[in-house]
Amino acid sequence: MSATLDQIFVLIKQWIVSFLPVAWQPVAGILLCVAAIVSVFPGLFAFTVLLERKGLGRMQNRIGPNRVGPFGIFQPIADGIKSLTKEDIVPYSADGVVHFLAPVVLVVAVFLGFAVLPMGRNMVLVDVDASLLFYFAIGASTELSVFMAGWSSRNKYSLLGAMRAVAQMISYEVPLLMSSVAIVMMTGSLSLVKIVEVQNHYSGIFPHWFIFTPWGFVGFVLYAVAATAETNRSPFDLPEGESELVAGYFTEYSGFKFALFFLGEYLAMFSISGLGATLFLGGWSAPFSFLTWIPSWVWFFGKVMTSIFVFIWMRGTLPRLRQDQLMNFAWKFVLPLTMINLFDAAIWRFLGEGWLRWVICSTILLIAYIGMGRIGMSRKHFGPRSYRYAE
Amino acid sequence: MSFAFYLISAISVAGGLAAVLLKNTVHCALALTVVFAGLALLFLQLDAQFAGFAQILVYIGAVAILVVFAILLTKGSETPKDGVFSKTWLAGLAVAAAVFAVFGWTVLQSGAVLPHQTATPQVTVAQIGTALMGRYVLPLEIVALLLTAALIGAVIIAMHEKPENNEEEVAK
Amino acid sequence: MTPLTGYLMVAALLFSIGLAGALTRRNAILVLIGIELMLNAANLNLIAFWRYGPHPEALTGMMFAIFSIAVAAAEAAVGLGLVIQIHRHAHTTDLDQMNRMKG
Repeated sequence: MSATLDQIFVLIKQWIVSFLPVAWQPVAGILLCVAAIVSVFPGLFAFTVLLERKGLGRMQNRIGPNRVGPFGIFQPIADGIKSLTKEDIVPYSADGVVHFLAPVVLVVAVFLGFAVLPMGRNMVLVDVDASLLFYFAIGASTELSVFMAGWSSRNKYSLLGAMRAVAQMISYEVPLLMSSVAIVMMTGSLSLVKIVEVQNHYSGIFPHWFIFTPWGFVGFVLYAVAATAETNRSPFDLPEGESELVAGYFTEYSGFKFALFFLGEYLAMFSISGLGATLFLGGWSAPFSFLTWIPSWVWFFGKVMTSIFVFIWMRGTLPRLRQDQLMNFAWKFVLPLTMINLFDAAIWRFLGEGWLRWVICSTILLIAYIGMGRIGMSRKHFGPRSYRYAE
Repeated sequence: MSFAFYLISAISVAGGLAAVLLKNTVHCALALTVVFAGLALLFLQLDAQFAGFAQILVYIGAVAILVVFAILLTKGSETPKDGVFSKTWLAGLAVAAAVFAVFGWTVLQSGAVLPHQTATPQVTVAQIGTALMGRYVLPLEIVALLLTAALIGAVIIAMHEKPENNEEEVAK
Repeated sequence: MTPLTGYLMVAALLFSIGLAGALTRRNAILVLIGIELMLNAANLNLIAFWRYGPHPEALTGMMFAIFSIAVAAAEAAVGLGLVIQIHRHAHTTDLDQMNRMKG
């Protein structure tokens, strides 16, 4: 019974596809999966927008939207209708084609990333050998769309916001990749399906997720920091900071194009949380061996929604980082720590089983964390203050 | 020769033509990105998955952004007053046409002697990794040195030099 | 026309377009764009020969293409750094005006 529930989407797809002639079946199967992804994730986006506004409201000691429907649950529908019916204003001197294509490129690139995430047992759209590399390659393409949006608006604030956003995304892309390389090294494969399968074993009741190892835990924290910066979320959201740059690179976008940017940003958040869950939290595997009767896709989406909740929590709690603080943090702290983490994972592998490797690896990481903090983030030595008085 | 090959090739060649013919430099850089993407798709069609994904990651994710930043930092989006083609454009075009004629004639003439094995090669990433660490370890280390040298060199070349004298005191 | 001939013709076409761009445009950055087009065309050639050649399991073509991608990225970085510094010095990137050795 639980096995059927686990595979229910696969079985439904096979049943629908069996009505078609044999030559068309593979294409129809893929189209059905694509249709499912394109409908589920925007639906989740609508739910998350509401969750964010209510959650942020509660953290800021106020109630979020509660007018439209009980507890405001129809608010996303109202938001959707508003953004679809707003007038689409394009500035006169803006570059028409590029201005139109920027949100399209963003949404296409983000949807492509969902193709390789294993969302349940046997539930991955494309199972290539190098799927992690594909994911990071597509993630790198989103930076180009941000730049296109900022440049084509012919607006100094947009351009400045776009340059800052691209610089931030490039800086944090390297730690994102390096923290995943430790996982690739331990499983010996770039395929996300294989990475989940390696984590799906249990010793006693505890799973073999990578987050339960010292290097996996530090890797997860670094991945989370880099993921927050990649998706321009607080505390790294200077490019879209309302008080500094109007709205950053989407200043000149209104109506449906703005909604597409918004959609793209949240879908990028889902996709990167999904990848984090796959790499570090065991993908679709259950946390305890006596809970495996719950379907695998429930666990995957549960982990993704928990990560989204943590993102919203961070947004409501932490202050924004300044651009130079951001870049300093990336290059002088996060990147060296990811390299030390990689080295630590190698030591873990070669020390063999037992308590010794736990002690040694944890000590190395602790010393590295404290040491990099003292060395990499040391304050500049300010000279004595000089005052200039108005004449 | 499938329809997909013709479509992707047409898009790549159109993007290449746009990249060298358009007036606005940023549009040229974006057309170059289209060429990179088209070429990555051609690599995927040739069963070279790792090379295709590496092409997207390195070229679209890094080189295209580098080109665009350089255009912005050198005010390349303003069109020069004498037009975008140099004085000697005819000679350049003639040389390029001659090169294409030679290549095209060579390729079309040698249809019989070219290899044409059609079995799909099964290349896993594990094999690439083993090859990189085994047979190609020397090129790998040299490329690592080269990239480090290029990184440091590019930073030093493009660095702002410190001003020689204190301009505020001169102004007073 | 075999598939290999098709890929080689596309590579030759892209190479000549890149060469034409590198030889006829004024802006230094567009010359670099032409050079990147040429490098990409060469990569396509390498991968096509690897795929249709006699020993694809030796991975020679794919390794060459991957190293070529890495070297091209390094060259683009250094070249664009040079262009930026030249612009700072001469306040232009017009190659027709940079035809003397005196700074």
